[in-house]
Amino acid sequence: MDSSLALSLTTFIYALASVFYIGSFTFKKQILAKTGFIVLVTGFVLNTVGIILRWIESYQMGYGHAPFANMYESLVFFSWTVAILYIFVELKYKESIIGAFASPLVFLAIAYASLSPDINSKITPLIPALKSNWLIAHVITCFLGYAGFALAFGFSIIYFVKPKNPDNTSIFSKLPSEDLIDELTYQMVVFGFLFLTIGIITGAVWANSAWGKYWSWDPKETWSLITWFVYAIFMHLRMMKGWHGRNLAWVSIIGFIAVMFTYFGVNYLLSGLHSYG
Amino acid sequence: MKKNQTIPEKIWQFFCSVRLAVYTLVIIAATSIIGTVILQNGTQQQYINLYGEAVSNLIKVFNFDDMYHAWWFLFLIVILCINLIVCSIERLSITWKIIFPKQVKFNPERFRKLKNLEIFTVNKETEAIFGNYESFLSKTVGKVLKKQTESGTVMYAEKGRWTRIGVYVIHSSIILLIIGALIGAIFGFKASLQLDEGAISDVAFLHNKSVPVNIGFSIKCNDFDVKFYDTGAPEEYRSTLAIIENGKESFIEDIRVNHPLRYKGINIFQSSYGTARPDSVIFDIITQPDKGVISKTIKIGQEIQLPEDQGLFKLEGFLPHFDFRGNNLGEAFVGRITQKDGKSFQIALPVKYPTFDKMRKGVFAFVVKDFEKKYYTGLQITKDPGVWYVYSGFILMIIGCWITFFMSHQSYFIEIKKDKDNNSNISISGTTNRNSQGLKLKIKKMIIKLKDI
Repeated sequence: MDSSLALSLTTFIYALASVFYIGSFTFKKQILAKTGFIVLVTGFVLNTVGIILRWIESYQMGYGHAPFANMYESLVFFSWTVAILYIFVELKYKESIIGAFASPLVFLAIAYASLSPDINSKITPLIPALKSNWLIAHVITCFLGYAGFALAFGFSIIYFVKPKNPDNTSIFSKLPSEDLIDELTYQMVVFGFLFLTIGIITGAVWANSAWGKYWSWDPKETWSLITWFVYAIFMHLRMMKGWHGRNLAWVSIIGFIAVMFTYFGVNYLLSGLHSYG
Repeated sequence: MKKNQTIPEKIWQFFCSVRLAVYTLVIIAATSIIGTVILQNGTQQQYINLYGEAVSNLIKVFNFDDMYHAWWFLFLIVILCINLIVCSIERLSITWKIIFPKQVKFNPERFRKLKNLEIFTVNKETEAIFGNYESFLSKTVGKVLKKQTESGTVMYAEKGRWTRIGVYVIHSSIILLIIGALIGAIFGFKASLQLDEGAISDVAFLHNKSVPVNIGFSIKCNDFDVKFYDTGAPEEYRSTLAIIENGKESFIEDIRVNHPLRYKGINIFQSSYGTARPDSVIFDIITQPDKGVISKTIKIGQEIQLPEDQGLFKLEGFLPHFDFRGNNLGEAFVGRITQKDGKSFQIALPVKYPTFDKMRKGVFAFVVKDFEKKYYTGLQITKDPGVWYVYSGFILMIIGCWITFFMSHQSYFIEIKKDKDNNSNISISGTTNRNSQGLKLKIKKMIIKLKDI
């Protein structure tokens, strides 16, 4: 098996997991969500295998670098981080219906990587600027941050899906209580915020050792700071101003839009030093 | 709000609102977008080409061309800093007594009313379990306080009171970052230097201005080397630099991208490279009708006689990027032919297209045969004495985030009452300053353990 087969299968399995989770939500069948979880974990294992194989293959090709060097590899890793974080959340909170709002994100990231014609899945050699030990630390922390925000976004959506007082027969009745969604969203934002902070810091330290400046207002840097500000606002509104529910969920959604722009928009629409992913 | 406030009090009130902080953060985040959309630090001409005359004037007025150093942007940052300091002082003066109390006290009535209160019964005598519960609480939480009430015995323990300081750690880390950035902006510089192989310099040039800055020692580029992968993508840029002080060579070191040289507070980075002006070139001079060829080595700036006394040729210079009708033809030599009738004109000789000059259909065609390729290395030279403040700010910020988000001040309360069958009736509840959901789970886990004791 090579990495591209493993990752194609991963895409397929993640799609299947999403189908099970969404099916469980629509038909109110707990068993479908349980199956979805097993399928998701299977996909995650294969995703891990795919990343490791790709790493090995890059050594065999003589390039020898961690698979974090371009848009394709970053998307595959993004799926991986969202998947592992979600698996952890489901195990900790014993709440599986929320998978309907998380698993599609896992699937969409890797599907975009595999199916978009603009994204090259070839293993390419590392450009000189990326040859640094900071690469792994920077990429892992940033993407854990993105994963936290992605799940916070998924959970925020529940606020808008769930009616105020769903009756027992409605498909929304099994959704977790507002308190729990609030708690989950907050925990995910906190997780994302800590890792985004470390991600920006490792990036700054790296920039200082590669370009001689820890901060140069490059579009990627600026957008990551904008994202950081949005979530800092989220924290202050929640802790100091007592915001909850839908209002706060909007802030989390705006934050995720900023994340998406930092991730894709900057690369496709703006130019800068950070054009590799 | 109080009436009859003095003006300083009013100013203080203005700056200690969280609302101001939120608004300032929103405005900073929103305006930061401008600088990522509009070209930064471009020339006047670039702005006019991109946005037209009217808009480019507007850009100049609001400093959108160097937005992150514009007065209004710095003003917003100053507001945020004052806000952050005033808010922190104001709140810390209140929470200080909570963080460092003279004596820890607790109110049983408050804990009995908590939402997370759980009640269960144990088939043991109260006296038997009291000691066990106390040691459990002191082991898992902290020092235990006890009280006798009319109905029974209560105990209380807490941990993590100090973690309430976390948010102030984050705020002070931001101040430290800004101090570091200020020190860097005032006492540091960021400059660049192009050094041909073999060349030496003791000054670099500030960006966008050609202002020279003294480095404090001399840098000589002994060698530059670029390696490519099979795919044609660059693999490595390497400059061998010699540091020269007081006319003596101190040491030689290789620098690569991501591997700078740091010496006496100056950082030297590999940032770009290019082809340097070669000293001399070998040309084939082809006489057009009879195709007679003469090879000649010509130095830049040198003038030679053309064959058969047809005139003069002067090799004027070298262009790294020769523009021909809007196309970049790459490296080229520029020369001037002066015919014997006195007519003089310039010719360009691109290296990549050796027969380019034949198209001119002149009497002679110049073909670039060979030249010694020389590189220049593009160095970034920086000095930033503020960087250690910034790095300390980074560390402090991570520690602060960790304390604020993952640690909390928790207190636990247990009440033991004797019921009429001589069993023990136990109530347990707790408070926390964050993550009440997590505390609920903790209390449930605690109950499982307490039932076993």
